[in-house]
Amino acid sequence: MIEVKNLKKVYKVGELNLTVIHDFSLTIGEGEFISLIGPSGSGKSTVLNMLGCLDTPTSGTLNINNKDISSLNQTELANFRGENIGFIFQSFNLIPVLTVYENIEYPLIMIQNLPENERKIRIENLLKEVGMYDQKDKTPDKISGGQMQRVAIARALVTNPKIVFADEPTANLDSKTAHMIIELLKKIQKEHNTTFIFATHDEKIVSNVDRLITLVDGNITSDERV
Amino acid sequence: MEILQVMKGFKMNNILKISYRNLLRNHRRTLLTSSLITLGVVFVLVYTAMSGSFKDYMISQITDSSMGHLQIHKKGFVASVENLPLDKNLNAASIEFIEKILKNSKYVESYSFRIKFGAMFSNFVETTNIRLNAINPDQEFMTLPTLKDRLLNFKGELKKGEIIVPEIISQGMGVKTGDPIVLVANNKSGSVNGVNLKIAGEVERISGPGGRDGYIHIYDAKKVLRIKGVEVSEIVVRLKDVSMLKDAIQELKPILNKLNKKDKPAFEIHTWEKLSPFYNIIKMIDVMNIAIQIILISIVLISILNVMIMSVYERIKEIGTISAMGTPPKTIVKLFLTEGLLLGIFGAIVGGVVSVVIVEILDLIKITYSFGRETGLILSPSLSFNEVLTVGIIVIVISLIASISPALKASKLDPVEALRTN
Repeated sequence: MIEVKNLKKVYKVGELNLTVIHDFSLTIGEGEFISLIGPSGSGKSTVLNMLGCLDTPTSGTLNINNKDISSLNQTELANFRGENIGFIFQSFNLIPVLTVYENIEYPLIMIQNLPENERKIRIENLLKEVGMYDQKDKTPDKISGGQMQRVAIARALVTNPKIVFADEPTANLDSKTAHMIIELLKKIQKEHNTTFIFATHDEKIVSNVDRLITLVDGNITSDERV
Repeated sequence: MEILQVMKGFKMNNILKISYRNLLRNHRRTLLTSSLITLGVVFVLVYTAMSGSFKDYMISQITDSSMGHLQIHKKGFVASVENLPLDKNLNAASIEFIEKILKNSKYVESYSFRIKFGAMFSNFVETTNIRLNAINPDQEFMTLPTLKDRLLNFKGELKKGEIIVPEIISQGMGVKTGDPIVLVANNKSGSVNGVNLKIAGEVERISGPGGRDGYIHIYDAKKVLRIKGVEVSEIVVRLKDVSMLKDAIQELKPILNKLNKKDKPAFEIHTWEKLSPFYNIIKMIDVMNIAIQIILISIVLISILNVMIMSVYERIKEIGTISAMGTPPKTIVKLFLTEGLLLGIFGAIVGGVVSVVIVEILDLIKITYSFGRETGLILSPSLSFNEVLTVGIIVIVISLIASISPALKASKLDPVEALRTN
C-alpha cells in the first residue's frame, strides 16, 4: 500500500543544508495500526508529512496505492489527499464556523462533491459510530475536547480513506478520554480495515499498536511487530 | 454534464455559506468595514444627486429659458457679439436655406429667430444702455419653454409696441409694468431712430451671455432699425433631446458646409456648452464627481484588503487544515474571494438603499441655495437607477480586486507550515 524507498529530506536553512531524513525505506500494508516513535527532532512529523502527501521528499520514491507521489504538483497532491488520506490532528482543527455535522460534511462537499442523500447516510452512520449523533448541530466551541476529537475522527474517515495519519491525537486529551479515543480508532480499524499511522509519544497508543517504528536522527533504528 | 453543474452549484452554495459565517465570526470588524463602505457609497451617491440636481437645474435654466440648445449665426457673429453687430445678420436667402434644413431635421423640436441689438432706454427722466432680443413671441416661448417663468409682472403676452425690461434696469430706473418708455437705436448705416413702447413685464437675470437682455417684438425692432425685408441675427434651436447634441450637429452639417461668395464658410453653429461659461463649472463638478469616486474606490480597496489580510493571518492554521484534507487551492481562493465580495455587496446594497432614502428626504425638505445673484433656488436631488447601479458595480468589482491578493496568499500557504502555526 505504501512503499518508501531511499527517502531523503533536506531543508535549506540559510546557507546550510539540513538533512532531516536519511535514506528512509519502508513498506506498509493495508489495515496496519502503526506508531512512529522517537525523541523530539527525530523526524517523526517530517516522515508523517511526506507519507501524508503534505510535503514532498528531496529524493527517493514514495508510492501510495501504486501511485508515485513525488511527481505530483500542489493541486494533484491536494486531490490525492482528498481521495485517499485522512488526517487527525493534535488540536482537532475543526472549522469553528461549522456545526459538528457540517465539519464532517466539509470534505464530502468541498473535495469529493458527493450528492446530499449519499452524504447524509455516510455522516449519520459515522456520527453514530463515534457517538456524536446527539451533538450534531452544535458548533465546536459547545463541545468538549474528547468530543471534538471524535468529530475530527469522523471527518477523517468520512471520505473512506485507505490511510489515516494522526499526529499526537491524544496529547490534548485526559487519560480516560484518550483511552476511549484509542478504543474507537481500533474498532474503526478492524471494521473498515483502514491503515492508521500515528506519530506519538503516548504510551497508551504505543501499547495498542501492531507495529512500532522507532526513529532517531532521521533513521529507522527499529521496526518491530508487537 | 448536468450532474456536474448541480454539484458545482452546491459547492458554490457551501462556499457562500462558509464565507458568510466567517464574516460573522468577527462581526464587529465586519460591521465596521461594511459601514465604512456604506458611508463611502452614501457620500458618493448623495453628492452625485446634489451636484446633479444643481447641474441639471442650471443647464435647464440656461438652455430652456435663455440660450436654447444650439445657436446659428452668420460666420463671425459670436466673435463680435459684445458689440451686437447689425452687419452680421442672416439675410432672407440664408434664413430660407437654414430653415429648410431645420424643418427636415429629426432632432430639432423648434427654433426661434432673433435680432440682437443694443439701444438707449429712456423713462423720460433718465437714459441707460439696454441689450435686446427682438423676437417673434410665439416662436420664442415655444423654443424656450421656461422663459415665461423668468418673467415678473408679465401680463401673459408680448405684443407689438411692448417691451420686457431686464429686472436690473426696471429696478435701477424705477419703471414698472404698464409704464411708457422710449427706445432709441442706431441702425446699420448709423442713423438714429426712436420708438415709443409700453412695459409688458420684467425679466429676471440669469448667469451666462444673454442673461441680462430685454425682449421686444421683432416688428418693433425692424421699425426702429429700419430693416426692410427679412433679417435676423441668430437662430436659437431647441432639440427634442439635449443628449443628442452631437448627432444633431452632425445632421446640421450642410449648414456648416455652406460657403459664401468668397468660398469661406457662411454660417456658424454653437452649442450652449460653447456659449455658456457655466459649462466650465459643469466640467468642474464632473471632475469632482470622479475625484470623489476615486476616494470611494480607495476606501473600499484599503478596508477590504486590510480585513482580508487579517482574515488570512488569523486563519492560517485553519487554511492548513482544509488544505491538508485535500481542499484544492482554487477552492481556497474562491472561499476568500467570496468573503471579500460579500463585504462589498453588503456595503453596496446598504449604501445604495440609505442613499436613495437620504436623497428622497432631501428632495422632500426642498433645500434652497443661492448661486451668484440668484437666490431661493430649490435643490431637488434625484438618483437614477443607473447611477446607483454604477457605484454598486464599482464597489463590488473593487472588493473582488482587493480580495485577490489575500486569497492567492491563502491558497499558496504550505499546509505543513500552516498547520504548525498557533
